[in-house]
Amino acid sequence: MIEVQGLTVRFAGVTPIDDMSVVFPDGTCGLIGPNGAGKTTFFNVLSGFVKPAAGTITAFGQNLLKVSDYKRARWGLRRTFQTEMAIEKLSVYDNVALIHEHSGAKRATRKDDVLKAIEFVGLETAPHAKVGGLGARERRLVEVARAVVGKPRIVLLDEPAAGLPDEETAHLAQVIQKIPGEVGALVILVDHDMSLVSACCETTAVVDFGKLVASGPTAEVLRDEHVMRAYLGTETPIDDSESGSGVGAAP
Amino acid sequence: MSSSLHLERAVVIRGLVIAVLLVIVVAAVPKLVGADWITTFTSVAIYSLAALGFGVLYGRVGMISLGQIALLSIGCWIGTRLAYATAIPFPLLLLVVGGIVCLIGVIIGLPALRLSGLYLALITLMFAGATTVVLGATQFPNGGHGFLGYTSNSSLIGLNAVRRPAMATSDVAYYRYVVIVAAIMFLIALVHVAGKPGRAWASIRESEPAALAAGVNTVKYKLWAFGLSSFMTGVAGCLLAAQIGEPRAITFQTQDSLTLAATALIGGIFSLWGAVVAGLFNQLLPFIFQAQWGFNPNFLLILFGAGLLQVLLTAPGGLTEQFPKDMANLGRLVWRGVRRLSPPKKEPPESAKETTEEPT
Repeated sequence: MIEVQGLTVRFAGVTPIDDMSVVFPDGTCGLIGPNGAGKTTFFNVLSGFVKPAAGTITAFGQNLLKVSDYKRARWGLRRTFQTEMAIEKLSVYDNVALIHEHSGAKRATRKDDVLKAIEFVGLETAPHAKVGGLGARERRLVEVARAVVGKPRIVLLDEPAAGLPDEETAHLAQVIQKIPGEVGALVILVDHDMSLVSACCETTAVVDFGKLVASGPTAEVLRDEHVMRAYLGTETPIDDSESGSGVGAAP
Repeated sequence: MSSSLHLERAVVIRGLVIAVLLVIVVAAVPKLVGADWITTFTSVAIYSLAALGFGVLYGRVGMISLGQIALLSIGCWIGTRLAYATAIPFPLLLLVVGGIVCLIGVIIGLPALRLSGLYLALITLMFAGATTVVLGATQFPNGGHGFLGYTSNSSLIGLNAVRRPAMATSDVAYYRYVVIVAAIMFLIALVHVAGKPGRAWASIRESEPAALAAGVNTVKYKLWAFGLSSFMTGVAGCLLAAQIGEPRAITFQTQDSLTLAATALIGGIFSLWGAVVAGLFNQLLPFIFQAQWGFNPNFLLILFGAGLLQVLLTAPGGLTEQFPKDMANLGRLVWRGVRRLSPPKKEPPESAKETTEEPT
């Protein structure tokens, strides 16, 4: 479980996250909101790239903000990026092995773990193939394989289906759905594709202007009039006390 | 399984080819060429190491350093000074000089933790300029006393040249020694590039935030790259000191760092072979232009400029990536031409075919 309390991020005069409190229970949680709502900034805070002005993040009972950025992978945090970041010059195997060897996983199990992660995401490409020669779908799957290798505790997926056609998004949805059960990690999925969020996430939180707009079971949240207004651009953030259960506003 | 076997076989074949090439370079070349060529090839091996250092930094990590020749000259200076001051065996001298230059390189690398691209290039170029000025003022050691080891007493100058290893005092033996040391340095670079540091460097080059998210300690691996690059360049400087014997006779110019960077890019920054090509361009071409053809080697700057433009526009992988592709294309073109010129095979007429196929 991840518990966020009063998180505030300021960049000069801009406040992309404004006193946000939210709880992500285990399983797959969606995090949605219009462009500029603060979703990627929130991921950057979790990754340690951005230091918040105020607030706490407690993940599995530990203050995540006290862990330095590169040590968070060793702690068990994995993420993908909006713009896919698989390393072109390396092979598929080396791309995944990189995470394994820098996250403190045992060397003896490296080959098996890496090949299992590649198989888990359903990548048919040969492990020694260079990533630079792969298509968009394969590169996205390499990124997801990087995110699930080596016993992660939290997997952050930032628009993993961006630019993919429907049938490839459907395959990605199947992979994401398997992560909590087979890998044992809590997944937070950011995406604008509501069919992907509906298919994968039991619970969803909605943010706008850096504040929590709604949270709870995905089906309920997506029907919420506050959420619809937020997407149409007429919503103002509500008090945390008004949000529902599941992914919830933290007390 | 079969693909991994295929890969292993490819690695073995590549290793064998390199071993055969190395044997030819070490054993056969001295028998085929004259003394001046041997001296030039020794310089090629030494400058290949400096280019390798540049390649590790820029090609692998994406950090552009224009101070390689400065580090080479510092290695040359320290090698000369220690050779005069101590009697330590030559291989140990190489390691000590490499270690000291490695430390200097790590210190120069500290700004790289904050700077990148043009700013880092400028900082390292300024370092190269400062080194040129300081070495110009202090002179190379010539057997004198004191920290600088320099004396202006003309009766002492040139009494002792910088010593070479006992097993390689002649030019040919020293050429072989340098080639073997260079091969070891290339092997060290290969082990790094193919292993954990290489993967970490590749991730930093791709994206620093992504590298951090992958658990890569970017500070450590950036400084590691600077350290390795400087170590190899320092060793090259020490080899150069013993090759020349009297290093005060040579001058290192700031612009040499730019030429080295240009030739490394032309050779191919993403391949270790690119460093060998850079060494050839840097030392062999000027020798051929000047000693063989009588041209002013400064014309090479124009050639390098044009080559760099060509590489940046059309072949970012440099000659080592582009040349095999061009040769394959040429081969296909020739093969197509040969097939077109050869007379077509005579086929039996349709009627004859039908007759044979039909049952009687």
